[in-house]
Amino acid sequence: MNDIALTCKNIEVDFEGFKAVGGVDLELRRGEVHFLIGPNGAGKTTLVDAVTGLVGYTGSVLKDGEELRGKKVHHIARKGIGRTFQTATVFENLTVAQNLDIAAGSGRGPWSLLRRRRALPAAVTDTMERIGLADHADTLAGILAHGQKQWLEIGMLLVGDADVLLLDEPIAGMGHDERETTGRLLHDIAAERAVAVVEHDMDFMRANASRVTVLHGGTILAAGSVDEVSADPKVQEVYLGTSDHKEAADAAAA
Amino acid sequence: MSKFLQSRLGAWTGFAAAAIGLFAVAPLIMSGFRLGLFAQFICYAIVAVGIGLAWGRGGMLTLGQGVYFGMGAYLMAMHLKMADAEFRNGPGAVPDFMELAGVRELPAYWVPFASPAFTVAAILVLPTAVAVLLGLAVFKRRVKGAYFAILSQALAGAFAIFLIGQQTLGGFNGLSYFRYFFGFAINDPVNQQMLYFIAAGVLLAVVAVSLQLRRSRYGELLVAVRDSEERVRFLGYDSANIKVVAYAVAALFASVAGALFVPVVGIISPASIGIVPSIMFILGVAIGGRGTLLGPVIGALAVAWAQTTLSEQFPSAWTYAQGLLFVVVIALLPGGISSIPALARRIRVKNRPEPVEATA
Ligand SMILES: Nc1ncnc2c1ncn2[C@@H]1O[C@H](COP(=O)(O)OP(=O)(O)OP(=O)(O)O)[C@@H](O)[C@H]1O
Ligand SMILES: [Mg+2]
Repeated sequence: MNDIALTCKNIEVDFEGFKAVGGVDLELRRGEVHFLIGPNGAGKTTLVDAVTGLVGYTGSVLKDGEELRGKKVHHIARKGIGRTFQTATVFENLTVAQNLDIAAGSGRGPWSLLRRRRALPAAVTDTMERIGLADHADTLAGILAHGQKQWLEIGMLLVGDADVLLLDEPIAGMGHDERETTGRLLHDIAAERAVAVVEHDMDFMRANASRVTVLHGGTILAAGSVDEVSADPKVQEVYLGTSDHKEAADAAAA
Repeated sequence: MSKFLQSRLGAWTGFAAAAIGLFAVAPLIMSGFRLGLFAQFICYAIVAVGIGLAWGRGGMLTLGQGVYFGMGAYLMAMHLKMADAEFRNGPGAVPDFMELAGVRELPAYWVPFASPAFTVAAILVLPTAVAVLLGLAVFKRRVKGAYFAILSQALAGAFAIFLIGQQTLGGFNGLSYFRYFFGFAINDPVNQQMLYFIAAGVLLAVVAVSLQLRRSRYGELLVAVRDSEERVRFLGYDSANIKVVAYAVAALFASVAGALFVPVVGIISPASIGIVPSIMFILGVAIGGRGTLLGPVIGALAVAWAQTTLSEQFPSAWTYAQGLLFVVVIALLPGGISSIPALARRIRVKNRPEPVEATA
C-alpha cells in the first residue's frame, strides 16, 4: 500500500509580510513514516497548522483528491486529518478512557451524547492496548508521565479514525526506551495510514524515516530517502552550522 | 462515601433526602414569612445551577445571567399584570400602572401575554433562543475568557438600562402589585406555600437535569472544551456548538428562576437584574464551588441569606463585603466551600503516608 493520501501544492503562509512557509510541495503516502526536519523556525509547525486549517494559506491541500483549503478546523479533522501539538495536549481532568472516548465520538448524535456511557467502545479498549495504557483506563490524563501523554494524544487520533497523522515532535522529552517504543508504534500505525513526523532528533529520524523532507526558512531544502538527504551538501551545511548547538542541546537533555 | 454519592443509588438517596428536607421539614420549621424568603433564595439557587454548568463545567464566566433572569421575570410579570387587569376591568383592560401613567391603549406586544400558555412558552423559549443566537455569534467567533465575561456583563447592564427607559414595562420602578398567579390569590398563605413548593420542585428538577448532563458523554465533552478547546476542534467537533448548549441551558434555568421570582417576591425591577445582581449570582457559585453539582446551590443560598441579614444591618458595607469575598474565594479557594473536604483529605493524607483505601 503506497497510495498518496495527502498532496500539498505550493503552500505559502504569510504572517503580515513574513513568509513562514514559502511555496512548499509535499506528498504523504500511506504506509510511510515521513519525517519533516529542519532548524528552529523552519516553518514545520506552521505547515502543519496550515494543513489542519489553523492558519490561512495559499496553494492547495488535497486529501484523497478533495480540496481542504478554506474548510474549518473541525471539518478537516473529520476528513481524517489528525494532528498532535508540540506540547502534548490531552484533557487533563478526564481519564485516559474518557479522553479516548471523546476522540472516538466526533460523529455521535445528540441522543448518544446526552446519555451516560454504558461501556467503553471496543475501539477505545483496543487503542489503550495499542498505546500501552491499558492499565491506566481510569487514570486522569493530567497525572500521566510526559511520554504517556504523547502516546495518549496519538491514540486519540487513532481512535478517531484519522488516516493522515501529523505529529509535531512526538518524542520530545522521552527517554531512550520510550523513543524505541514510539518508533515501533509509528511503524505499526503507518501500515495503513500516512504518518508525518516533525522532529529534531536525527537518530530517531534515521532509525524510523521512510522518507525525509528538509525545510529551511520556509522552503524545501531537500527531499528523499534518509541516505539521499544525509548526503545532500545543502543539508549538511544547514545542519553543520547548527550541529554543535544541537549536540550541546542533546547532551544537556540527556 | 464519595463513590456512593456518585452511584445511581447514591443519587436517588440524595434526591430523596433533599425532597424530604424541602417538602416536609422546611414548611414545618419555617414561618410563612421565612418560607417566602427561602423560596426567593431558591430562585437564586436555580440560576446558580445553570451557572455551575456553564462556568464550572464549560468554563464560560457568565457574568450577565441577570439578562435571562430578567427576561423570565418580566415575561411572567406581564402576564400577571394582564391577568389582574382582566380580573378588574375585563378582557383587554390596561394594567393599573399604565392607567396611572395615562396609557389608554394596551401596547400590542402586551396582548399575547393575556394567555397563560403563551406566557409559559415564552418563558421557556424566548431567553433560550436569545442565548442560542448570542452564543453562536460569540462562540463561533472564538470570543472567550475575560472578553466573554465582560461582554456578558455589559449586556446585563445594557438590558437594565433599556428596561429603565421602557415606560410600558414600568420603567425604573418595574412591575409590582400582583394579585393572582394563574388564578390563585397570591396573598393567601396556602398559595404562598404552593409557590414555595413549586420553586423547590423546580430546583430539584434543574439539579437532576444538571446531574444528567454532567454524567453524560456531553458532560465529559464540555469539560474537554473547557480544558482544551483547540484539541476538541482538532478531533472533529465544532466546539462552539458544545458551548452553546450549556450556555442556553443556563439561560433557560435563569429564565425559569426569574419567572418564579416574580410571584414569590411580588416585584421585578431593573435593579434586580443588572450588573450587581448578576455578580451576586456568580458570587454564590464561586463561594459554593463552581465545579461541583451542589456547591452552586449551597453557595447561592448562603450568599442570599448573608445579603438579607447583613444588608439590613450594614446596607453599604455589604456591597464591599461582597466584592471582597469574591476576590478572596477566587484567589485562595478557587474550588469554593465544597473543595474544603477534598483539601482537608489531601492535607491529612500528606501527614499520614499510608492512606486507608478500604473505606473509599
Ligand atoms: N502566528 C505567528 N505570527 C507571526 N510569526 C509566526 C507565527 N507563528 C510562527 N511564526 C514564525 O514563523 C516561523 C516558523 O515557525 P514554526 O513554528 O513553523 O517553526 P518550526 O519549524 O516549527 O520551529 P521549531 O522547530 O522551533 O518548532 C518562525 O520564524 C516563527 O517565529
Ligand atoms: Mg515547531
